[in-house]
This record gives sequence, C-alpha cells and structure tokens, in this order.
Amino acid sequence: MDIVIQNELPSAAEREAVDAVLGPPGTSWEGSLQASERDRRVARGGHAARARRHLLLPTLHALQARVGWISRGALNYVCRRLTIPPAEAYGVASFYALFSLDPQPPVVAHVCTDVACICRGSQQLVAELERTVGPEGAHPGNGQAVWHESPCLGMCEHAPAAMLTVAGEDPREASVGNVTAQDIAGMLAGGAPPPAPAPLVPQQGDPSLRLLKRVGVVDPDSIDSYRAHDGWQALRAAVEMGPDWVLREVSASRLMGRGGAAFPTGRKWEAVARNAKRPHYLICNADESEPGTFKDRVILENDPFFIVEAMAIAGIATGCERGYLYLRGEYPLCWDRLVNAITVARSRGFLGQDILGQGIAFDIELRKGAGAYICGEETALFNSIEGYRGEPRNKPPFPVDEGLFDKPTVINNVETLVNVPGILMEGGLRYAEIGTEGSTGTRLFCLSGRVERPGIYEAPFGITLREVLELAGGVKDGRPLRTIMLGGAAGRFVTPDELDVEMSFEATRRAGVSMGSGVVMVVDDTVDLPAILMRLAAFFRDESCGQCVPCRVGTVRQEEALARLVDGRPRGSVEQEYALLGEITQSMRDASICGLGQTAADAIESALRKLDVFETGGRR
Amino acid sequence: MFGAGGGTSSYQEIQDTDVILLWGSNAREAHPIFFHHLLKAIHDGARMYAVDPRRTTSAQWADAWLGLNVGSDVALANGMAREIIHAGLHNREFIRRGTSGFEAFAAAVEPYTLERAEALTGVPADAIREVAHTYARADRAQICWTLGITEHHNAVDNVLALINLALLTGHVGRYGSGLNPLRGQNNVQGGGDMGAIPNRLPGFQDIETDPEAVSKYERAWGCTIQRKYGWHMSEMFEAIDRGELTTMFVLGENPIQSDADAHHVRHLFERLDHLVVQDIFRTATAELADVVLPASASWCEAEGTVTNSERRVQRVRAALKPPGNARDDIRIMLDLAKRLGHSWEYGSTEDVWNELRSLAPNHAGMSYRRLEELGGIQWPCYSEDTLEPTFLHGRLWKEPREGPPAVFHAVEDSPPTEALSDEFPLRLTTGRRLDSFNTGVQSGGYTSPLRRGEEIELSSADADQLGVSNGERVRVSSARGSVIAPVRIEPSLRPGLAFMTLHFPDEVETNVLTINATDPKSGTAEFKATAIRVDRIGDGDDEAEEVAAAGLSAQQPVT
Repeated sequence: MDIVIQNELPSAAEREAVDAVLGPPGTSWEGSLQASERDRRVARGGHAARARRHLLLPTLHALQARVGWISRGALNYVCRRLTIPPAEAYGVASFYALFSLDPQPPVVAHVCTDVACICRGSQQLVAELERTVGPEGAHPGNGQAVWHESPCLGMCEHAPAAMLTVAGEDPREASVGNVTAQDIAGMLAGGAPPPAPAPLVPQQGDPSLRLLKRVGVVDPDSIDSYRAHDGWQALRAAVEMGPDWVLREVSASRLMGRGGAAFPTGRKWEAVARNAKRPHYLICNADESEPGTFKDRVILENDPFFIVEAMAIAGIATGCERGYLYLRGEYPLCWDRLVNAITVARSRGFLGQDILGQGIAFDIELRKGAGAYICGEETALFNSIEGYRGEPRNKPPFPVDEGLFDKPTVINNVETLVNVPGILMEGGLRYAEIGTEGSTGTRLFCLSGRVERPGIYEAPFGITLREVLELAGGVKDGRPLRTIMLGGAAGRFVTPDELDVEMSFEATRRAGVSMGSGVVMVVDDTVDLPAILMRLAAFFRDESCGQCVPCRVGTVRQEEALARLVDGRPRGSVEQEYALLGEITQSMRDASICGLGQTAADAIESALRKLDVFETGGRR
Repeated sequence: MFGAGGGTSSYQEIQDTDVILLWGSNAREAHPIFFHHLLKAIHDGARMYAVDPRRTTSAQWADAWLGLNVGSDVALANGMAREIIHAGLHNREFIRRGTSGFEAFAAAVEPYTLERAEALTGVPADAIREVAHTYARADRAQICWTLGITEHHNAVDNVLALINLALLTGHVGRYGSGLNPLRGQNNVQGGGDMGAIPNRLPGFQDIETDPEAVSKYERAWGCTIQRKYGWHMSEMFEAIDRGELTTMFVLGENPIQSDADAHHVRHLFERLDHLVVQDIFRTATAELADVVLPASASWCEAEGTVTNSERRVQRVRAALKPPGNARDDIRIMLDLAKRLGHSWEYGSTEDVWNELRSLAPNHAGMSYRRLEELGGIQWPCYSEDTLEPTFLHGRLWKEPREGPPAVFHAVEDSPPTEALSDEFPLRLTTGRRLDSFNTGVQSGGYTSPLRRGEEIELSSADADQLGVSNGERVRVSSARGSVIAPVRIEPSLRPGLAFMTLHFPDEVETNVLTINATDPKSGTAEFKATAIRVDRIGDGDDEAEEVAAAGLSAQQPVT
C-alpha cells in the first residue's frame, strides 16, 4: 500500500493469529505464500479491502494475545491483508498501552498504581515487588514474565489490583483484587491467578435497587436465570409497542446520559431515529477508564444480559441494525461473560435477523479497547472501532449526524442504557418522579479509597454526598476525612465541609463540582496526597492523545510544575508555581478540542485551591 | 481528441466520478498531484481499475488490477468493446447523436472475443468482462492514461482504442465522464497550447487544415507561415541523419538523455553544425552546445501563465530574481529576434498574452484580471463575460448535433516492435519513481530517503533463474547496447517483466537499451517495450570491472 522500508516477514504463529481474524489470504498479493498464475494478472483490493479496516484493532489484539507483542513482520502482514500503509498501522498499534511493539515475555502482570490503589497500599506493594521480584520491566527468572505499573484497572473496590495477561496458543487474562506481592510473584512464576473476587454490592437485597437488583443474585452465564429475574420483558414490550412508543417513554423519563455530559437520552435517540441517512449505528460505551470507576464492570460482569436487552431496545427504537459494545481492554471477565451472553441471546432469538420472531433485525458486535483512556471520548471511540488512532474528532458534526463510519450514531454509556428497560416497564413519567427535577432516576456511585465498605451503590439523585458516604459506612476505621475525589480524575476534590452537596446534575453544577462517572474516592489523613496528585498529572500526560497542542503540552507542563512542588523546589515561590498552573489550566480548558484536555487540570486545580497541599495558606 | 488537444474533464469531475480506468499510468508516483484528486474520488466511493503490466503503487489502490502484456492495450480495449456491444451495454443514443463509424467499428472488434483478448493480453477473460461491464454500466466514468499508452510504436492507435470505449458508452461530453491524458509537468499542456508542437499555431489552430487561422496569424505577425506541418522530434532526428537539419535550438529539454536509443541520439547531436541550449540547468545536452542561454525558472522567476492537465490557465509571478546571468525566457527570445533582424515590441508579458488572446479564440476571454479573480480559467473561454462548461465536447450530445461527429476508428492489435527471443527473453518497460523526475536534471540536486539510484527490477522468479540476488550488479543488454545496474527483486513484477527508470543517466544510461521505434503519427518512441537479456557479470567483463572499481556509490541502497 505504501512505501515499505522494512521487509520483515511474519512468523507462522503470527500468520495464524492474523488469519484467525481475517480468514486465510486469497492471493499472493494478500500474503499467501504461493503465487498462482492468476495472481500475476489480477489483483483485488480497493474498497473491498479497505472496508475491513475496522478489523485492524481485533487483529492487533489477536497478535498481542498469541505472541505477546507485535513484530514488524506481523504488522507488515496485517497491512498487506488490510491494505493499510505500514506507517498508519504502526501509528495505531503504538497508540495503545496494551500493545507492545518490542519483544515482551508472554506473562505480564499489570500492577495498578493509580489513585484508588494508592489509597489502598499500592506504593508499598510496588516497593515490595521491587525488592522481591525486581524493578518494573525486569524479566525475573527465565525471562518468561515481566511486571509493569498500570493506570486504573477499574478494580478499585478490591484495591490494590492487578491484571495478568498470558500470551500463547491458549492466551489467558485475569483481573486480580486485593493483590499481594506474593500473588504477583506466583503468577509471574507461572502460577494460576487467585479467583475473581465476589462483587461488592453492600445494598444487595434492597428492593429499591433498579440497576443493581440482579448483581450477585442471578447466574451471569444463564439466560434462564436472567429471564427468571424479570429479564427480556422490556424488550418484548418494545417489540410489541414499536419504536415510537419507546422514544416517547424515554423522552418522558427525562433520562440524562450518565457518561458525564448529562445529555437528554430521548433527544439523542430521536435525532438518530429521525435521521434519513442510513444505516444507523448504536454504540454502548463500556470503555470505562476513568480512574476510580468500576460501575459498568460490575454490571457487565454480573448481569451481562441486562446490557444485551438494553442495547436491543435502543437499537430497535433508533433504527439501528448493528450495535457495537466497546469494552475496555482491562476487563477480561466482562469480555467472557458478554461473549457468552451475546451468543446465547442470539441463539434464543433476542438478537439477530428476526428478534422474537417479529422480523426485526439487530445484532451486537463486541469490540475491545487496548488501554487508552481517550477512547472513552465518543468520537475517539469511533476512530478506534474504525481502525484508526483513537483521537477525538472535531464536533460538529455530532454523532447523531456523522458518527461511526460517518453514519448517524447513538452512543450511550452502560449505565444510561440499563436504565431503559426499567423506564419501559414502569413508564417514563413514573420514572421521572424518582430523583430530582433536573436529574431523574437513580445514580450509581463507586465508593473506593479509605472507606469502610468499598463497592458500588445505587441511590436516587438528590442524595447528599454525606449520605452516600454514610451508606458505605464512613471513613475507614473512623479516621478523619481529608477529602473526596468526586467524579474521577476528570472530576474535583471536595472538602469535608462540602459534604452536603446534593448529588444531582443541577446542584453539583451550581456547587462547581462534578459527579462525573460517580466516583467517590475517599482520602483520609493516612494517604499521600501529593502522590495522588502526581499520579493524576502523570495519568493525563500519559493518556493525552497528543493531537492538540494545549493538552499535549499542557499536561506535561502541569506534571513538571507539580513535580517541582512535590520536591519542594518550586521555580520562584509556591505562589508563582500556582500562577503558572493556573495559566496552564486556563489554556487547556479554553483550547483543547475534547473533554480530556478541558478537564485534565480540574482535579489538581481544585486540590491546590482547597486543600493546602503545599503550605501556601490555602490560597493561590 | 476530436480536434482538441487536452483532457476533456476538470479535476473536480475526476473527484465526482463513479468509475476510473487508470490505464498505463502509475500516477501515484509520476503524477502525484493528480493522484490526490483521484484519491478524493476513491474516498467518496469511486471504483478504480488499474491497467498496467506492473502492479504499481497506484494499482495497489485499485479495486482490481489487470496485468496485461506490455503493448497489448488495443487488444484489451477491443475485447472490452466487443463485450460491451454483445452485452447490449453500449449507449445507442449517444452513438446515434454524436458519432459515426459505429457499424464498421463493431465489425472490426468482433474477432476480439474475451477468449482471444485473454490470449493476447494475458488478462483472464472474467476480469476483462468485469471491467467492461463496470465501465459501461457506470453513470459517470473516466479513462485516465499516460505514457503507458503513448510510449509505444502504435501510440495513436492505443489512444484511439480508449476513445472508442468512451464513444461506445457515452462517457464523454458529460459532467463527470471523460478521457484524460495526464500531463507530466505543470505546463506540458500550455506548451502545446502555445504552439510548441509542429502542427499547430498558438491556441491549437491547425496549420494545414485551418487556412483562415493561418492568415490571421500572418496578418498579425507580418510574415508568411509555411502551410505544412513541421517536424516532431523523431522526424528532426531523421532529418539530422539525412543532413537536412544542421542547427538546433533546444529549450528546456535534455534529449541526449531522455530519448530512446541514447547512443544514437548523441551521435546525431554531435553531427549538428550549431547547437543552442536554453535551460535552467547545465544538462548533458547543454554540454554539447555551442551556445548556452541560461534561463529563468518559470515557476518562481518568471511572469506569465501555465496551463495544467485540466486545461486551466493560471497566472505565475516572479518571486525571485534569476541568479547570475540567467534571464527571463521572453527577454531571451526578444533579444534573439532582434539579432535576427526583427523588432518584437512588447511592454510586458501581459502584452504577449493579450496578443495571444486576440488571435486564439480558446483564450480570448482570459484577461489577466479575470485569471486572477477566478483563480485560473479552463479553455476554451471565448469571451470576457462567459465561461464554458468544465468538460469538453458537450456538443456531441446536442440534437441536432453541433459540428462534425466523433468518429470511431477501428484499430488492430499490434505487438511491440521488438519481439522477445531466446537472445533477448525479458521484456523491459520503463517509467518513473516518486522521488525523481525524468533524467534527474531537476531532482538530482536534492536527496531523498527513498532514492536508491538506478536498478534493474526483476521478478523473484527471474532473479532465481538467473541466480542473482538483490543488489548484485548485472549486465543488461538489448540489441542496441548494454548497461550495468544492480538488481532489485520487485514483487510488483511478474516473471518475464523487468523495469528500469531513466532517472540516473549519468550512472546507468537506460536509454542505451530502449528502441527508437516511433509512432508515425505522434513521433513517440517505444520506451515501454524493449527486449533485453540480463547476465551475471563474470570474469573478463572489463567494463563491469571498471564500473565496479569506480564505485558507483549512488547505486548503493540508501537506508
């Protein structure tokens, strides 16, 4: 396709991995080892080949899982198969943290050192690993294993957490909670990972639960268990009553998107349903990567048919025949359970060409991210599915006009979608009575950090932050609260005297805070707060896609200034550093093209302003 | 075509078309700017078929590539035409309104069954059928070609065969459908338009068939113009050979290195009594000159206009003063005229342009002011308050038709002049690479990470058979001479096919090999089809040892 500088060839294993996704090559032009007489005279490519570009990411995953890293020869072969310029494929492969472009041992332990795990001892864990196993990136023993620090793995209620990936013919992946250095050393030595921890839903059994009612109750692999717990009723209603009815009920419910932007779901759905351009696409955004967030994981792991039903309803209502569920790469158990749920649902007629025998077509394709926070941004997610670097697009055009493959697209967060079956069952107007005037329904909260009962909680909008904290039993061991990181890394820190803020879109906006993805990460006086701030700064610097200058440069400058403050070597005075950080914050807010850059300074800015981290008298 | 020497369509129409046949053109490397327009079309969903013996980097963008035998273009086009007629896909309405000679044409292509076309071209019958049907069925379709069509002994027949396809299907004279020869430089079109061809006056007016136009020029210039065509380049070479042509004025050309059968051309130039070369570089041809006139670079040191492949006339302005004694081409001409006893008075380049506008109807409406306002204007432009459609020959669709019909020209397959033989069993074809231009005069002065120097590209099967490997120097010979070049094994070539460029004549004079078998009508040589042999260099090959000793560093791979 393009200038090929390297002529490296794939190994047999690499060929196998690629062919397992793309099918065997038809001609020598596509990489078949035998050239036929016909190949000398005819070659095909063009639109048909490029239309498979979206298979790039799955193919890279296949290589990573089979070989443990992606070689140039393998990349060349993928490029030949999909007619992608090697430079572009390299750009995509190198975009994702979970892909290695350098030789890497097959066994990798990804050890979370993000904020929630810092609150739960990851610093000590890493120190012990360094002592007993060796430094990050070292290959202990026979060179078959390596450990790396990792951004938030979404296992915050079980912190400290790790993820194990084992490449090979029979690749394995597993999330590990409450992990110890001994656990990790054992896995690096070839041992099996400890069993997955049980879900932490302290409210389990509470009849008022709407979104969590089946978590820990149903068998997540059994469609019959799901049906026995009220499953599939809403989908049947949607099929019987038709798309207009669904749209009416969802609009009447005043359901707001839970992904962070709080956009009215009914309006989004209406816009796509009425769009004359075809086809329409539905995307469930399960790229839950906001540090401190794990609510989608809990639902997908423990109630996977719920999202299948919700997506089928959304697809039918908005005229989509294809939905994509984009799951973050660090959720192996979710992946397995969703694969099963989708397969079984299809075999039982809840997905496919003829849903419930009514001639309605809708199906779900699962896609896996590969370690890129930015892909949770909706337009970056489109690019990621399409096989490009996960860089956000300019808006407008908005997804409802030009989304995935430039077609009208409904994209909703997991939590948003799973509200819909309940809305249909009780009626949109009844649903709208729950919560507050501007924020209807219930909200999921991810309690982590120094809290007595970490886990996922569900409460109607309008509950105060203090009440949420009390649901979880307050600060661990009854220690004094220092601060709460509310809303995630892109949220803000709140102080103990702000705990009475009402948890609703309108009240948090007035109070200058954000619920974000429902993160409530509790920090007491035992936590190394500067380390938390440094981790946040490093996180944004690392996760910035680099596309626009304010974010690419601003996140680096923010981290540098913070590092000088942490080292006690401010350039000029602490106040001068604060002023500099203020300018960086403003530039990123004003000029970044997407939410990542616009909010990359929010948490740090709020901590410096409110928490007296660096002894300035609390003023900046 | 049909009396107008230019592509029929605008770049925008290339972008807006549905099907593109890229025939005998590696536009991605040789016409990269045009290729961008083509890529926009592809991006918007247009299908592209590439017809080329090599699977070039352009062909890699195609929905399908048809790897025909070198020089079998007429057979392929005729096979497509027969298939279109037999499938009932020809455009009867257009044929009736705008053409003549269909019946004879249909009869002439009748023997070109798919099976015969496959036998002649090597392209599988089903692929020929597919491209024929796709082209004929398209709502809009373009045929774009370059030197793969015209650098053959039967160049004009090749072009006529493509024109026949457009006439057959009505893919001409409409928005988005057309026939487009791509021009190799920014102003090749302009050179022809301004009369730098042996059969036309400026504005593309015929010297032999348009006496009115000739008188008009005679009145304006106060001189007599001979009413017969001049010589094209190949005819000039023959005239030198006969001793009839003894003085030559070469402007911006490097024929010593760019023309086929280079040894022969050099001998001819050495026989001239007097050679004047006007150029911006001291070319190999300039080295032979009695007088060298250093000229200015037209894109940055000169005032005037250029005309691109879509017939768009655009202003250029001087941004720099020419270095040293280099001068503007017009000033050189005026001084030369004065020395020859003529006083040509022009106050400015705009005066020269306005004179053209007064004489050439195609350009009449293009004042400098208007060219500037509109960012260039496509010809024809007959008056200052009108613009014509962006495509040519819309008249063929009018009823009743305006002007003469477009004529089908039955043409027959004619294999390359030089057949393959046991002595010369490989087919050499030549072309360009992305980072170099023609004889390297303009591109040799800068480095490129892609440039590897000259190579003889071979298929891996041929390389295996010859027992040669990548980078190994081999002797490449044709009936006319031989050169030494390193081997590059190239997957885009099928067995039996070899490829070289003419970018590095100082190191490897590829045109020593090529044949000066010219098309009688166009004067173009058959650069695209030479019979060669490749030999390993053994002991006792003195020249090879000499070359090796000289250490041709430019031919080492640059990585």
